[in-house]
Amino acid sequence: MNKEKLLDLYRMMVQIREFENECIELAKSNATRAAVHTYIGEEAIAAGVCAHMSNQDYITSTHRGHGHCIAKGADLEKMFAELLGREGGYCKGKGGSMHIADLATGNLGANGIVGGGIPLAVGAALGIQLDNKKNFVVSFFGDGAANEGSFHEALNMASIWSLPVIFVCENNEYGISTHVSKSTNIQNIAIRAMSYGIKGVVVDGNNILEVYEETRKAVDDVVSGQGPVLLEMKTYRMSGHYFGDNQNYRTKDEVNQWKEKDPILRCEQILQKEYDLTEEDLLTIRKNIRTEVLAASEKAKLQPEPMIEDLTGDLFDQKFADIEWKSFVKAQGKG
Amino acid sequence: MRKISMREAVNEALHIAFNSDSNVFTMGEDIAVYGGQLRCSYDLLDNFGPERVRDTPISEMAIVGAGVGASMIGKRPVVELSYIDFIGTSFDQILNQAAKMRYMYGGHVNMPLVIRTQCGAGLGNGAQHSQSLEAILAHIPGIRVVMPSNAYDAKGLLLHAIRDNNPVVFIEHKALYKVKCEVPEEPYEIEYTPDVKRTGKDLTIVTYSAMVNRSLEAAELLQKEHGIEVEVVDVRALEPLDMEPIIRSVKKTNCAVIVHEACEKGGFGGELIAQIQQHTFKSLKAPILRVAAPNVPVPFAVNLEMSYLPDKTKITKAVMTCLENKKANA
Repeated sequence: MNKEKLLDLYRMMVQIREFENECIELAKSNATRAAVHTYIGEEAIAAGVCAHMSNQDYITSTHRGHGHCIAKGADLEKMFAELLGREGGYCKGKGGSMHIADLATGNLGANGIVGGGIPLAVGAALGIQLDNKKNFVVSFFGDGAANEGSFHEALNMASIWSLPVIFVCENNEYGISTHVSKSTNIQNIAIRAMSYGIKGVVVDGNNILEVYEETRKAVDDVVSGQGPVLLEMKTYRMSGHYFGDNQNYRTKDEVNQWKEKDPILRCEQILQKEYDLTEEDLLTIRKNIRTEVLAASEKAKLQPEPMIEDLTGDLFDQKFADIEWKSFVKAQGKG
Repeated sequence: MRKISMREAVNEALHIAFNSDSNVFTMGEDIAVYGGQLRCSYDLLDNFGPERVRDTPISEMAIVGAGVGASMIGKRPVVELSYIDFIGTSFDQILNQAAKMRYMYGGHVNMPLVIRTQCGAGLGNGAQHSQSLEAILAHIPGIRVVMPSNAYDAKGLLLHAIRDNNPVVFIEHKALYKVKCEVPEEPYEIEYTPDVKRTGKDLTIVTYSAMVNRSLEAAELLQKEHGIEVEVVDVRALEPLDMEPIIRSVKKTNCAVIVHEACEKGGFGGELIAQIQQHTFKSLKAPILRVAAPNVPVPFAVNLEMSYLPDKTKITKAVMTCLENKKANA
């Protein structure tokens, strides 16, 4: 990988981390109201996967979705505004942290229901196939979602129709407090791909180079019509389930061990060893990104709340599609 | 004019939709080769090919979910659930995905999805293949709920639903599929508004789906035997619910009976009564009555099932009671 490419990925990871750090600050002051699920420790996955995507390629995301949205190209001020329930947020303040969608960047939405987005990704991939386009869909979900029925129904349907969708399972070891070993009696969720006749790959989700490379191979597969791929990204949720989680289900030692495998730290080591960047170079990048993130947060805080008059708006599109109905005459002897 | 069945009318509407917009496609269990358990999608495979007419695995969550996802990127899927009873296995995709997304995402997502399904008892299908679950769906903000009562309405309402940019659950009563009426060959649409199926000055029956015909039979009987003139209003769409024609009718007759096949408790009749009394309180001369199924699952044995269903006799009795109350309050 060339230096600029890796630096882009590094900047994206740092941007996500700094966004999440600021989210925690906002949560501390209760400005975000209910739970905020941060992506800290998993940034390499969103950054490495979405780097292969254009705005015409779609993602479905999860309750832990900030990183996916940012990597797909979301505007940080509009994201903060949504988290703060402001009119200028991505969903006009009607969605909140768990429900950011942005069709313009191909983001079909974060989803508060575990596994809820996986069938949607299959449908978007079906739409792409019906339109004979070369685009693809990525469905992000966690180890917890791999035990939902929607995961199994979706993988099977995508497989029988060879749909262009990559299922990215972010195995961060915990479904809230329950360790994956207590919920899942296999070492690698990726082997579930076998049940559906598709390719399954275990990936070190904290290694940005591996995430990038394995995703590239998967993209090649799905857009060339070879059917869906399941990528299991091994990672770790370095923060709690949400800010304020007492984390009584795991030890500090366990968390500290994973901190050594922090994907941003590992990327910095590569940049220093193999690409001649200095610690000072990296500090400057981080500082600049942090300044940008904080500026976006400050601007969002100044935005107005939604109008009360808009409470019942947006439920339905009042317009109907512009279709002119044409009779169909069946061939003789039919019907 | 030619007469065709509701099954033929639905099939004709689907052919028109497929012929008019290449974004329209359909998927569901056994719908392609077999023509669907509802037997409404016959000939579509031959005429429009396997890409747009898809047999699916028995995976209701994926069927509805894939419909939601495809519609979000601009396709116009018409997915089929063989029985409305199967919303149980697909409900997250209806309740939390299809219904929520437009509002939750600030109006930035459209969802031109139609979920076609069949409801209803009377044919011995038992408790898990005979339900009327429209009230559950109508309770959820964000989805249209449409229930035609005849072939003519079914064709026009289905084309309207397919042109709608919002998710629509289109519920066809299984007992109506073979019932014929006059249906024009050319395309037409019917808007989501109630229809007065019979005019009368003495009492308003508010009803929908298969109970429209039962109510019309009762109205005919009441006319012949007692000279009572009953007005029958077919709701047609539970969401959006246009109360105006219903209110206008009740203000004229000063009393109403609600008839639906779903069980009484928590049924859509409760919503209709709440709104009618709110808007016509000064005109009402009698308490509004309901004719509905008892609060039990649909039984199998023929005598039990027939007893379970609202019928001409039960409707007639309720009308007579309501008119007695009206007379006492006159």
